[in-house]
Amino acid sequence: MGDVRLEAIARACRVQIIRMLTHAGSGHPGGSLSVIDALVAIMFGRLRHDPARPQWPDRDRIVLSKGHAVPALYAVMATAGYFPEERLITLRKLGSPLQGHPDRTALPGIEAATGSLGEGLSLSLGMALGLKLSRSAARVYCIVGDGEIQEGQVWEAAMSAPKLGQPDHPLDNLTVIVDYNKIQLDDFVAKILDLEPVVGKWQSFGWPVLEIDGHSMDQLGKALDQAEATKGRPTLVVAHTVKGKGVSFMENNPEWHGKSPKPAEAIAAIREILGVSEPAWEEYLRTDRTTAALVTELRALEKK
Amino acid sequence: MPAKASRAAFGEALLDLGARDERIVTLDADLSKSTMTAAFAKKYPGRAFNLGIAESNMVGVAAGLALTGKIPFACSFACFIVGRFETIRISVAYTNANVKIVGTHVGVAIGEDGYSQMGLEDIACMRALPNVPIIQPADELETRQAVAYAVEHAGPIYLRLTRQNLEPVCPPDYRFRLGRWLALRPGTDVTLVATGGTVFNTLEAARRLDEIGISAEVINAASIKPLDEEMLVRSAAATGRVVTVEDHSVSGGLGGAVAELLGEVRPTPVKRIGTTTFGESGDPRALYAKFGFDPAGIAATVTKFLGR
Repeated sequence: MGDVRLEAIARACRVQIIRMLTHAGSGHPGGSLSVIDALVAIMFGRLRHDPARPQWPDRDRIVLSKGHAVPALYAVMATAGYFPEERLITLRKLGSPLQGHPDRTALPGIEAATGSLGEGLSLSLGMALGLKLSRSAARVYCIVGDGEIQEGQVWEAAMSAPKLGQPDHPLDNLTVIVDYNKIQLDDFVAKILDLEPVVGKWQSFGWPVLEIDGHSMDQLGKALDQAEATKGRPTLVVAHTVKGKGVSFMENNPEWHGKSPKPAEAIAAIREILGVSEPAWEEYLRTDRTTAALVTELRALEKK
Repeated sequence: MPAKASRAAFGEALLDLGARDERIVTLDADLSKSTMTAAFAKKYPGRAFNLGIAESNMVGVAAGLALTGKIPFACSFACFIVGRFETIRISVAYTNANVKIVGTHVGVAIGEDGYSQMGLEDIACMRALPNVPIIQPADELETRQAVAYAVEHAGPIYLRLTRQNLEPVCPPDYRFRLGRWLALRPGTDVTLVATGGTVFNTLEAARRLDEIGISAEVINAASIKPLDEEMLVRSAAATGRVVTVEDHSVSGGLGGAVAELLGEVRPTPVKRIGTTTFGESGDPRALYAKFGFDPAGIAATVTKFLGR
C-alpha cells in the first residue's frame, strides 16, 4: 500500500515538473524525472521534518547536490507544504524564491545552495558531523548526479566520509544516493568520462554500497532502511535510473538534459505520465478536471 | 608586547574563545601546525578536524557544520583555501553559511618557500563576494579582537593572517570594529593606508618622511571590506593624496578598493604599493626591500608620488 501511495505522489510530482519547466521556458527535465522517485521515497517515506518549522534543529535534511534537478525538489516541497503549489510556475522568474538552482537564502526548506556540481557531498558530511556532535538523531540524505561524480571534490569527500568523526561520531546518519541515469549534458556518461566501475570505486573508498532500481519504490524503501540500519559508516546507494523517466520521447535522450518542453510536448508528456492512451485522452480529461485545467493552462502558453 | 605573528595570536585567541563557546570547531587541511590551530586540537580533540590535503572538501564540510549551528574556523594558507574559490563562493557565501575562513601565510613575507605558497590574490577573490567581510589585523592585540569579532559575526568572514612576527602598533585601549579604521599618526601632506604586515613599516616610513618635511597621516586598515569610508574620505580631503600599502597584488586588493571608492565619491590621486609580479624565494627582509615594502621603499615611493 505504501508503494502505491508513493507512486501516486511521484506521478503527480512528474506532472508538476513538466508544468513548471514549460512555464519557465528553460530548465532540466531529464535529471528531474530520473531523480523524482528517490526524492519522493525520502520526503514521503521517511523524512522527519516539519514544513511549518523549516529551521527545526532536529529535522532530517535533503541536500540535492545535483542542483539542476531542483524542479523535482520544488515539486516534493510544494506537495509536502513548504509553499503553495501555485508558486511552482514562478520557477526561474524574476523575484521568485524558486531560483533556477537551489538558493537557501531565498526559500525556507532548501538546506544549501547547490548546482555548482561536486559540492553537496562535502556539505552533507559537515551536516552529518554537526548533527552527531549535537547528539541529534537527524539524518542527512544527499543526492548526487552520475556526471557530477566526475568532480574531484566528490572524491575528496568520498575518501573522508567513512573516517570523519570516528570513532565517537561516525557518519552513519548519512545516506548518499547516486542518480545513475547514464547521461550528462554533452552526451552519454560512458562517452564523456566513463565512471565504471562505480560500485567498486566507492567500495574501495570504504563505503557500503547498495545497487538498486531507482524507480522502484520497494527497492528505494528497502535501501533507505538498510542504510539507516548500517552503523559506523555512511551508505552509498547507486540508483540505476532512466533520464527523462515517464515520458517516452525524453527517456534516455541527451537532448532532454537541459531544454524545456513546448506546451504541446508538455501536454503529451503529462498524458504519458498519467498512463492515458492518445485515443482515450479527451474522454479522460472530462473526468479529471484538475488535469483538464492544467492542459488549458499550458495551451494558453502557446499563444504567448 | 613583543612582536608576534598574527597566526600565532589567532591560535591563542581560539584557545581562549573555545573554552567559552562550545560551538567553535576547527578544520584544517594538514597545515594545523602552520595555521596554529594545533593547540586547539590538542585541548579540544573532539572539536578539531583534520581533513587531509583536500581543501575543497574542508570548506564544504565547514559549511555543513555551520548549517547545524557550529562555528567552524576553516584554516589553511591563504592561497590554498581561497584557491578553492568556487566552493567558498557557493557552499559558504551563497549558502550564507557561518564559516570563518582563515588564510595564513599571506604575502611575499613568507620568504623562502616562494610564490606558490604566498597569498597574493586572496583579497581580490574574496572582495568579489557580496557577503564576506575581510579583516587583516596588524598586530597581536588587533588579531585577538578580530578573532573574537569573527565568532560574534553571524555569517561568513575572511581573516587574513601573517606568518611573520608583527610589531605592536595599536594602543592598549584599541577596540576593533568592522568598517572602522585606526589613525595611528596624524599628517597633512599625504594619507598612507596600510594593512597587516606592512603597517609597522608604513609608520616607520612616515617618520622618515617627517625628517624630509613630508607630513604623512598613517591609517591602519584592518577592515578591508567594508572600508572605513568616513575616515578615508575625511583624510583624502585633508591631504589630497593617498598611498596604499599592502603585501598583496595591487589588483583587487586594499589599494584597488580604496581607488574604486575614492574614484566614485571623492576623486583623489592614489598610488598603490603592492605586488605587480609573482613573488619569489628569498629572505623576508630582502623580499620586502625588493618589493618596496620596507620603510625606505615606502618612503621613496611616497616622495616620488608627491613630486618632491
